Amino acid sequence: MKTRNREFKKAVKGSLCSPSIPKVPCKLSLSDRFNNFLVRASFNRHDYAVDPGLYALGEPTADSPVMVSANYKLTFDLLRQALVGLSAWILVLDTNGVNVWCAAGKGTFGTKELVNRVKLTKLSEFVSHRRLIVPQLGATGISAHEVRAESGFNVVYGPVRAEDLITFLSAGLKATPKMREVTFSLPDRLVLVPVEVVQGFRYFAFASIFLFLLGGINPVVNLLAAYFAGAVLGPVLLPWLPGRAFSIKGFFAGLIMLAVVVAAGTVEASLVELLAWGLLITSLSSFLTMNFTGASTYTSPSGVLKEMKLAMPLQIVAAIVGALLWLVVRFF
Amino acid sequence: MSKLKYLPNVVTLKLDRAKCNGCGMCQIVCPHAVFKLEGRKAQIVDRDACMECGACALNCPEGAITVKAGVGCASGIISGMIRGTEPTCDCHAEGGNCCG
Repeated sequence: MKTRNREFKKAVKGSLCSPSIPKVPCKLSLSDRFNNFLVRASFNRHDYAVDPGLYALGEPTADSPVMVSANYKLTFDLLRQALVGLSAWILVLDTNGVNVWCAAGKGTFGTKELVNRVKLTKLSEFVSHRRLIVPQLGATGISAHEVRAESGFNVVYGPVRAEDLITFLSAGLKATPKMREVTFSLPDRLVLVPVEVVQGFRYFAFASIFLFLLGGINPVVNLLAAYFAGAVLGPVLLPWLPGRAFSIKGFFAGLIMLAVVVAAGTVEASLVELLAWGLLITSLSSFLTMNFTGASTYTSPSGVLKEMKLAMPLQIVAAIVGALLWLVVRFF
Repeated sequence: MSKLKYLPNVVTLKLDRAKCNGCGMCQIVCPHAVFKLEGRKAQIVDRDACMECGACALNCPEGAITVKAGVGCASGIISGMIRGTEPTCDCHAEGGNCCG
């Protein structure tokens, strides 16, 4: 977690305002962009941190706004890109290299860390005002009235998305209702798909080798179809798949891929084989899409727990029955 | 496309309107527009949209809101079950995170 990205260190080397305050450019370099892409695809994503502390963006003065951020480099980069042409202070909290919302949920992006960081960086000596602009999603970890009581700084919650910051600032720190709402649009979901795919890949690879030894290439293709259904199709088609529970949406994504493998001929034309793969593909897909609740922006823990209690026993039974049926057709 | 909605009637969100001072903080911090100020008091207008993130309760200076906040994540709940702890985002032993 302590290793920092080498290119980034270079970018913050120069400092104009004070020897202790690193200065950062708004524009991302090519290597920034390449590394950000790799992290999105889940490579090295637990090691993508920025040093916590106070940063100067542009030429901030004592009146410039203070933006609070997390020390995940993707977060930090989004923020500095959104503020192109602006001078501001960026107060980076130590969130162990985790983004604002997740860190706030855990409490690392929290009241205690914010109050501490304000003191450690001697922020009150750099600015004359007493206002911190905290991303709205940080509110899950930060209590505005407690921060005020403990540090004397007022927390103003900024918009959910960094791209709305300039509008928010020029409107006199006012956010429209739209800026306050979290979405889960197709692009939002698409950036999460690589992570879903990479996370379960180890298990998929093991199971593939096992299936290949038992039954050749066809079962591996069927397994790949199930994996694709649950980790890609489910998340991408989320709004259009029937049901509200993710496990039900995943089940239907599995049905789609079952139709595909039947059409492709990797499922043999027998009722037992069809039933076996029908159970295996839909249960696996249902389980994988259910896991996408963790990446979604609107599922409640109470709801997820309720869904899991109903879905998991069914998924397990379906997978076991499916596997047994397949073994029966294969070897008897 | 209409707004994505999760399961109905499950959330633990509660608002005690008698305690509300009308500051509007819940309306500001809620990422799903669950609250609205009506007659200088907050009102829950879209309960099923609540994802139990807990931001409203944490930022209510009067303590008028309660919600059992936590991780709305199946793998987090599973790893919590395995370890016998509360649901957690820490899918990895070294304390990394699994959220996007």
